[in-house]
Amino acid sequence: MSDTTLTFLIMDAPFEQARTTTAFRMMEAALEKGYNVNVFAYEGGVSLSFALQQPHANAVHGRTFEEEQHPLTREWIAALHKKAQEKGLVFDWVNCGLCVDERGVNEAIDGCRRGGPRDFLGWANQSNSLVIGTR
Amino acid sequence: MKALQIIQSGYRCTIEEQDDPVIWFIQVLKTAEGEVDIVLRGNAVNYAVISQDASGLSFGTWTQTQPSKMDQDLQQAIDQGITVYAIAEDIAIRGIPESKLLTGIKQISRLEFANLFNNYDQVWTW
Repeated sequence: MSDTTLTFLIMDAPFEQARTTTAFRMMEAALEKGYNVNVFAYEGGVSLSFALQQPHANAVHGRTFEEEQHPLTREWIAALHKKAQEKGLVFDWVNCGLCVDERGVNEAIDGCRRGGPRDFLGWANQSNSLVIGTR
Repeated sequence: MKALQIIQSGYRCTIEEQDDPVIWFIQVLKTAEGEVDIVLRGNAVNYAVISQDASGLSFGTWTQTQPSKMDQDLQQAIDQGITVYAIAEDIAIRGIPESKLLTGIKQISRLEFANLFNNYDQVWTW
């Protein structure tokens, strides 16, 4: 078990800007280096783990559903969960429960749980690094 | 109705969407017989740079197979009959050489940009 833990906070919804992808790349790099990762998602960020996200074809590009292989953030989270498990690391994802309720996105993928700012405060106190991947 | 589409915020979500949703949206409008043209300004002028490579994104075992190709998307828009303008000053200040630009892009100055509005019924800013 690593003694280095990075805690991320993400606010932005999927499919709207690049900051979230950058935060995901930093999480991937942290796990690759053998660090534990905590993520607190609030406001639009809680939709990142929404289990009912569905890919689509892209007629403008002339690609079928299968060819398009549209990215889904829930699949990114699942892939990072799997990577952490394989490396024996922690990848703990907490969605702000109030934000989830506001948006009706209660169906999170396995491995993501409800929580609140108190969870984030605890992580902030314990982590070696804090990354706020939003603004 | 002719509508000029001004795009300023480049690369906002091109990784997750595998294109720029505004350019995608405009292309759909064109297929619906909308009279639309595009102006690239600010950071979005970089969409006109050829041979962009956004490949290589992966998270664990997930790997992106269809990364965005903004230059090709713009070329497709041009081939559809959409005129794509780009602000010359915004290209110059970013040091983008002429040889790196799509040949179908029409460069206009900021002064010409303002006058361009007279040719359209509506101006949409994204």
